[in-house]
Amino acid sequence: MTLLLSGLGMVITLMVDVESNVIGSQNVNAAGTNRKHILDVDVLSEDEILNILDQTDAMSEVLRRDIKKVPALRGRVIVTLFYEASTRTRISFEEAGKILSADVINMSSSGSSVDKGESLLNTGLTLQAMGVDVIVVRHPYSGAPNLLAKHLPKVSIINAGDGLHAHPTQALLDAYTVRSKLGSLKGLKIVIVGDVLHSRVARSAIWAFTKLGAEIVLSGPNTLMPVGLNLVDGRANVLPPVSVQPDLDDAIRGADVVMALRLQNERQNGGYLPSLREYIRRWQITKDRLSSASKEVLVMHPGPMNEGIEISTEVAHGGRSLIEEQVTNGVALRMALLYQVSAGGYQIEEEHPNGQ
Amino acid sequence: MKRAFGVMNQHKVMNDQDVRRALARISHEILERNKGTDDLIMVGLYTRGVTIAQRLSENIQKFEGTIVPVESLDISLYRDDVQLRIAQPIKPTTLAADISGMKVVLVDDVLFTGRSIRASMDSLQDFGRAKEIQLAVLVDRGHRELPLRADYVGKNIPTSLEEQVRVRLIETDGTDDVVIVRSGDGNNSNG
Repeated sequence: MTLLLSGLGMVITLMVDVESNVIGSQNVNAAGTNRKHILDVDVLSEDEILNILDQTDAMSEVLRRDIKKVPALRGRVIVTLFYEASTRTRISFEEAGKILSADVINMSSSGSSVDKGESLLNTGLTLQAMGVDVIVVRHPYSGAPNLLAKHLPKVSIINAGDGLHAHPTQALLDAYTVRSKLGSLKGLKIVIVGDVLHSRVARSAIWAFTKLGAEIVLSGPNTLMPVGLNLVDGRANVLPPVSVQPDLDDAIRGADVVMALRLQNERQNGGYLPSLREYIRRWQITKDRLSSASKEVLVMHPGPMNEGIEISTEVAHGGRSLIEEQVTNGVALRMALLYQVSAGGYQIEEEHPNGQ
Repeated sequence: MKRAFGVMNQHKVMNDQDVRRALARISHEILERNKGTDDLIMVGLYTRGVTIAQRLSENIQKFEGTIVPVESLDISLYRDDVQLRIAQPIKPTTLAADISGMKVVLVDDVLFTGRSIRASMDSLQDFGRAKEIQLAVLVDRGHRELPLRADYVGKNIPTSLEEQVRVRLIETDGTDDVVIVRSGDGNNSNG
């Protein structure tokens, strides 16, 4: 308890400058508009993010049609390669690809040659040899999509979540969802609550939200706040400036958006929390707590939810909840990204990430 | 630099009055051929086709007193060269859900290879079975690659493939005219 209280009111800054030119040159093409890969949000400029959100707008119109099918990606092959369980991300990519008329093949590690010990890289090379155009990959190891991007010159890679590193499509769809409700993220106070330390969703969301001008406050047990940051690709895995406010009631005051993170089962028994009951009492998003936020406060959750743990059932399905809209928008956002990485036959060899 | 191709290597083939008169004539032709505005809808192709469609609709309102709805169509997702081009920004299509039984006037600024029009007709099919699809363009520059023709043409302008036809409108470009540019970076020649 004392450990948790010790950080009360503390505001720290997690900022280290990024050598954006090194990373940014990695996968931007000659025209500077199309990316061949979507590996994380941190390399995207504000303009690029806004452009993706605008494209998502156009794609949502397709989703609202009676006939939800356009021929844009006819003849393209997309593989969803998932080494971890997923419902919404995977289905959402599959639906997005199919609406754009691509052929989508789902592959999971269990039941494939991965069970026989095939390496990620060899699996990737096999898929490339089969003429696959886009691989959507989720992997428990941070940096796995970067590895594929580096070694598969003919394939576009989209990161669907890698280890503790990044989940760019979730972050972008969250940014889109907030923007579609509030018009812009500039000056918004967005509170991210829970296990930020192990959350790739939080890490990418922090990038996306701050690039669009929002102020981020993290709240949760001190043991689950990011302090010792992991490394990807040998570069510092850093974050833009954020505040940490362990007391949720303080953090939530005046907030425009509150985003709850999933408290993963292994954290519940992993020595990070004194007890689940204490977590629920101090960090669950409840209706009472939201009363001190902005009147129009929006509640988000990347899913899957532990209702009754990080978020109360009442809030999860209440009028302020954007959780279902997040899922709908996820399809449109992924359509925009699949379209972007697939278009543009002028992507040339030298723009391909081949180390720095 | 007073040659036919001036400083910018371009010359004007329609001025603001030419554009205004051409659009007025097309508006009359649309009314004449369709015997009024019943079941008529204008669908403009982004970007300048939408503007022209709006002007035609305004003209028709002036001449006939009835309002022809104008919708916008983005055909990026229907192009046959998605993998050959850098992704162009897609704009939201505003077409109402069902055009079944309607007479659709597609409107574009320049008719060139005909591929945009083919794509737009594919797209229209997804919004219902139109009774009829007609095509209005401000400029027909030739070089068709598909068996298509326009029903209403502002001006036929013979061009060479090295040239680009640029339609400029007050709403998007601050001026009303049509210029031919030689091997510049015109962005408006792919009608």
